[in-house]
Amino acid sequence: MYKLFLRSLISVLFLLSFSLNANAEFKVGFVYVGPTGDHGWTYQHHEGRNAVEALGIKTTYVESVPEGADAERVIRQLAQSGHDLIFTTSFGYMDPTNKVAKDFPNVKFEHATGYKREHSNVSTYSARFYEGRTLLGHMAGKMTKTNTIGYIASFPIPEVIRGINAMTLAAQKVNPDIKTKIVWVFTWYDPGKESEAAQALIDQGADIIMQHTDSTAPVQVAEKAGVWSFGQASDMQRFAPKSILTSIIDDWAPYYVERSIAARDGTWKQQDTWHGLKEGMVAMAPYNSAMGSDLVKEVEQLQKDLASGKAHSFTGPIYDQKGDILVAEGAVADDGMLAGMNVYVKGVEGDIPQ
Amino acid sequence: MSFDLNFIGILIGAIMASSVPLILAASGELITERSGVLNLGVEGMMIIGAISGFALMVVTDNLFFAVVGSMLSGLIISLIFGLLTQSLLTNHVATGLALTIFGIGMSAMIGKNFVGIPGKEFPLLFINLKESIPFLGPVFFGHSIILYFAFGLPFLTNYFLKKTKTGLIIRAVGDSPTSASNQGINVTLVRYSCILYGGAMCGLAGAYLSLIYTPQWIENMTGGRGWIALALVVFATWSPIKVLIGALIFGGITILQLHMQAVGLRIPVQLLSALPYIMTIIVLVVISRDSRKIKLNTPTSLGQIFYKEK
Repeated sequence: MYKLFLRSLISVLFLLSFSLNANAEFKVGFVYVGPTGDHGWTYQHHEGRNAVEALGIKTTYVESVPEGADAERVIRQLAQSGHDLIFTTSFGYMDPTNKVAKDFPNVKFEHATGYKREHSNVSTYSARFYEGRTLLGHMAGKMTKTNTIGYIASFPIPEVIRGINAMTLAAQKVNPDIKTKIVWVFTWYDPGKESEAAQALIDQGADIIMQHTDSTAPVQVAEKAGVWSFGQASDMQRFAPKSILTSIIDDWAPYYVERSIAARDGTWKQQDTWHGLKEGMVAMAPYNSAMGSDLVKEVEQLQKDLASGKAHSFTGPIYDQKGDILVAEGAVADDGMLAGMNVYVKGVEGDIPQ
Repeated sequence: MSFDLNFIGILIGAIMASSVPLILAASGELITERSGVLNLGVEGMMIIGAISGFALMVVTDNLFFAVVGSMLSGLIISLIFGLLTQSLLTNHVATGLALTIFGIGMSAMIGKNFVGIPGKEFPLLFINLKESIPFLGPVFFGHSIILYFAFGLPFLTNYFLKKTKTGLIIRAVGDSPTSASNQGINVTLVRYSCILYGGAMCGLAGAYLSLIYTPQWIENMTGGRGWIALALVVFATWSPIKVLIGALIFGGITILQLHMQAVGLRIPVQLLSALPYIMTIIVLVVISRDSRKIKLNTPTSLGQIFYKEK
């Protein structure tokens, strides 16, 4: 008798939870790859979330979610618990996002830095960080004395390779003798390892340190060693006031606000967004006056030109390491090529890890 | 790669600095395990030590308080583990894992207000000697006091376990708590002390990261070093000197592989990244082949729950 009661109770509760969910208010979920306190990549996404929250929209976030089986579980749970729009903010969430999207056609998904939109409820968005890298390359080429630029890379994905190439091309333009030394750390976030990598590059003669990882450790090592560095994702200036020339800042807030409002009002449509300096999704922190006012002016002009479209980070002729032509003279690389970039340009040392 | 002697000295100095947290945490855990307690909470205790040390540094502006405080907080958090496993007789493995998860979460919560604050310069000793003596200077001088302590610790631990009565008691408790108890040894008290000592050393290891190695607070900044310290203890077959060797090899190859990449050697990067783990295991397995010694050093009752029959 009481078993029957229990069963009916459970089913009632179950139905109740469903109906509650159906009537629940509009909610936005965020999945982060690192902790919100990384002061880099995740920190900036979290700032974007704060902007959405400030509109009075309810948001949830899950931080430090590994890019593997866990990711799917977390995304699925967010979808199940009544979130209407879910931002998954790392490249490695690409397949899990599409997988969950298939099972929840009424939930909207936004995947950062990926290219798969297998279902109509998946959008992708990214920022043209490579435009920022072009500016960094220009400064690096001008500022280096040893003609060696040290680059701490995370994973061999197009996003990272594009940054290495954009930087190298720009540096070569102002200083044909530069060499780019790359160290792969195979992590987005490990302060200890990142600082060891920075130190190794400095010991090998690099006097410019650039990172495509998320912690502030490399710029601190650079500060201590007295070499130049660039901040990543957010303004890291206070961690290395003398060493940092500028930081590439990711500003996700306007996009997150726009998409959340669209989803709430029912005007959300699938799209692929790739914004850069022009739209402000990529911004530059104040330039360090230590590089001299002439160079600052040059870089500011280049920034304007990149934003207006007058200059492009990948303007031909561009050759790969073997010397085969990638982009013809006078042409610029199209977005398809940029999105799938998996070769180094001429002048980068070493092989891409396969 | 430039091969002048001074450069190699600098490299060795860097390797020594990177292995300090492993040596400290593994030496502490070694004592804990020798008493028969398996505490998988090393990572959690380290991260708590890291945030407490950094927070105290910011609040009191005193590095001495910061270091002592980090040890105390490691000790306090290991006391929770002690209460659960020794007094309430919970499972060591599950409790240790819970401690790690708790430590990571707790440190993130405390650390919310300390993100983005640059650290303070930690005094390094004998800076003048470091620069004036080639090769030997950068190897032996210009380090923090904690590094010198860490490098003495395995030898002290070895002496303590082998030559002192207290060390003998700890080993007896780890090998056969029942016999030790029958001899009138208070097993629970001995194990509590060893757990607390392990906690304090893990706390110090964390503080080394947040105060000296990467002077700042960022969440998850221990980056799995606690787990490597745990593995080191096992692969070093509970010998303090081998723990030191293992930590140096791990730190050394981690740094060398980064240099090899920077030089542009054409070796697959994935292999290079896996190299520290592979080499540490191989070397430690090779130097600890003597099965008699392994039997002698392995705490037989490791991870088993002991309760005194009344």
